Amino acid sequence: MAEESIGRGYLLSAGGIHTGKSFANGVHPEDFKHLTRDIAIERLPFPDKVVLPLSQHLGGPSKSLVAVDDYVYRGQPIAESTGFVSSPLHSSLTGTVTAIELHHHASGNMTEAIVIEKDASSPQALFAQHSIDWHSMEPSDVVAMIGSAGFVGLGGAAFPTHVKLTIPEGKNARFFIVNAAECEPYLNSDYRILLEKKEAIFEGIRIYLKALGAEKAYIGIESNKQDAALQLQTSMPADLPCEIVLLETKYPQGAEKMLIEAVFQREVPSGKLPIDVETVVNNVGTVAGVGELFLFGQPLIERVVTVTGPGIQRPTNLMVPIGTLLQDVVEHCGGIHPDTRQILFGGPMMGSAQRFLDVPIMKGTSGVLFLTDDKVVHREEYPCIRCQRCIDACPVFLNPSRLGSLAKARLYEEMVDYHIMDCMECAACSFVCPSNIPLVQRFRVAKGLLREQQKREAAKA
Amino acid sequence: MSSAPHPDLLVTTSPFVKDPTDTRWIMWQVNLALFPVAAAAIWFYGLAGLLIMVASCAGAMAMEWLALNRSANMPGGLGDGSAFLTGLLLALTLPPGIPLWMAFAGGAISIGLGKAVFGGIGGNMFNPALVGRAFLQAAFPVAMTTWGPVSGANRFFSAPEALFALPMMSPEVDGMSMATPLSNWYFDGLAADFSSLIFGSTTGSLGEAAGLIILVCGLYLAVRNVINWRIPAAMIFSIAALGFLLNQIDPAVYPRPEFHLFAGGFMLGAFFMATDPVTSPLTQKGCWIFGVGAGIMILVIRQFGGLPEGVMYAILLMNAATPLIDRMTQARTFGSERAERFTR
Repeated sequence: MAEESIGRGYLLSAGGIHTGKSFANGVHPEDFKHLTRDIAIERLPFPDKVVLPLSQHLGGPSKSLVAVDDYVYRGQPIAESTGFVSSPLHSSLTGTVTAIELHHHASGNMTEAIVIEKDASSPQALFAQHSIDWHSMEPSDVVAMIGSAGFVGLGGAAFPTHVKLTIPEGKNARFFIVNAAECEPYLNSDYRILLEKKEAIFEGIRIYLKALGAEKAYIGIESNKQDAALQLQTSMPADLPCEIVLLETKYPQGAEKMLIEAVFQREVPSGKLPIDVETVVNNVGTVAGVGELFLFGQPLIERVVTVTGPGIQRPTNLMVPIGTLLQDVVEHCGGIHPDTRQILFGGPMMGSAQRFLDVPIMKGTSGVLFLTDDKVVHREEYPCIRCQRCIDACPVFLNPSRLGSLAKARLYEEMVDYHIMDCMECAACSFVCPSNIPLVQRFRVAKGLLREQQKREAAKA
Repeated sequence: MSSAPHPDLLVTTSPFVKDPTDTRWIMWQVNLALFPVAAAAIWFYGLAGLLIMVASCAGAMAMEWLALNRSANMPGGLGDGSAFLTGLLLALTLPPGIPLWMAFAGGAISIGLGKAVFGGIGGNMFNPALVGRAFLQAAFPVAMTTWGPVSGANRFFSAPEALFALPMMSPEVDGMSMATPLSNWYFDGLAADFSSLIFGSTTGSLGEAAGLIILVCGLYLAVRNVINWRIPAAMIFSIAALGFLLNQIDPAVYPRPEFHLFAGGFMLGAFFMATDPVTSPLTQKGCWIFGVGAGIMILVIRQFGGLPEGVMYAILLMNAATPLIDRMTQARTFGSERAERFTR
């Protein structure tokens, strides 16, 4: 691979690689990516059991298609979607359904899940293993195929992919952005996919362009992964209308609207969606997964998970069957360090803390982070000294200091005047606050209450 | 089927990482940046300077301690460095011959009336050190305008007698009272030599001694992102631009702009007083307005007002305007054309 000259963290016109800018504001947390950066994706042996929650995507929970004692094959649909914004579910193991019951869920609730025990004698081959020729398909059929394969955003939000790919009447998707920013500290799943699944990514991009009717694709990659960007650039097919945009390493670069601003220097209007600026954004893992769906016929039944942090004995990047229990992952990685105090699903900026070791890895679980006692943040709140750090951090230009004092006084309606509903809960404000004020934590509460109130008022009217 | 919760796991909400900068660090950074300024004051005024600083800090910290102990709701603590900072800043605005008990009282008033009555750190509207100074100025106008000489003979160990005056006993006016560069210009039209202004051999308050040291220390804070550089930049720009214009009109009445920058308390005010985050605007645009307003007001008071110096009143007045400036300068939100007007 040719070494390109690199200036100030950007590639200066290295072939087709764009010199990327960034969005305004944001924060620079220490990235801790070195823990698993150079570890190739390793396949987790099939666990004895998987637990597949019916609700692991945004939207309506799926509805079970199987009953206890049914024999299911790996890749076979086991639950159907229950509306447009919903997603079906496929078995990640060949084996027997042993229960459909309430089970611990990463959200902290108990939710309904299908439990499948492995058939030890099965080779765990795919249910329907064949490539699909998308070239002759109608775009709407491609979208339907992606939806029926259970694809959701693998970056963490788990928004059903077919919904994103369905362009509303009167709108037009000219551009497609592959989100490989991976701005969360610790996580490397997207980085490893960039390095190891180039063909699937390129195939996926072609499929997305066809499904969207879009003219051009962009791949947004942060400068701390410029080796991956260069490799991708070198192996990119000449006929693929795709440009790589190297971005400044900054959180929350991977937020859709921030990424669009970074790539196009264009803001998505407040309250609108990326499609309103003729753009669709999807995570690189999802794109590679869609590529593999058409190459090998594999629905969404496994994903790359970065297992990392000072609390796990053997940090690594794992290909994990969806539904694998956290304890099986822990066991495979050599166990937990005795000082471990927090286990997170996702990255440390937006992830969620887990209390049980029997929660299953889900479609949206990009990483599992084990934090030891000395890394756990203990927030002792101090009064706001109006230092402006939160204002400089907020990527959507809110005034978190003011919003924070309103939230503390429970003046939720006044928070609407200060545009609290534009907050995307990226947590940059809480990250920088020198007074340790739980800003985003209070904003979540405020937004939840305001939404409830809106619903009540809508019901009355 | 489901197992028991893992006993050692702590469940909180994101973010799970935190920038290491905390409020305590910010306050102590400002204190740290003031130490060279304080050292210069001691160099020029000897023991007297040190004693005034000790008295003022003691007054401020005693009142902070009292307030913290008398109110269960008052946040903060002596260790955060904010009361010490207030005391130190106040001392640097005091004349070198002020009776120690006044410095102590000024420190106590700074915290008491300037901060504690507003609910402690973060709640105050006005810069506490300047509230203390305004109090002293009103209560003891003579002592506050009696300036001892710089670099007096044997200065390290001979403090002016007035320093040890008893409370409420009228201090003897120091026989060696001198005119400051500002009062020289104001009353007699005499311009000070520029090098003495920046290197500190002019008469004045403790912290007015060396403009250059304050400038360097202030720049350190700006580079470390402890203070908002826009405020001193706007103040310097506005007073220099306006001073230049006036000087062009009539150099006999209006001194050159660099005189305004380095005479009196301008540098200390611009870098250490106006930049107090609690009492300056939250928005970046607001900080520009705040700085320009303060700069213009200082010049107007110096040239057209009834006092030779206007830094204190200018900053206090801009402090009062801060909530209004904040409301008028809310940034537009991402993806909207411009900021909406606020109804409440």
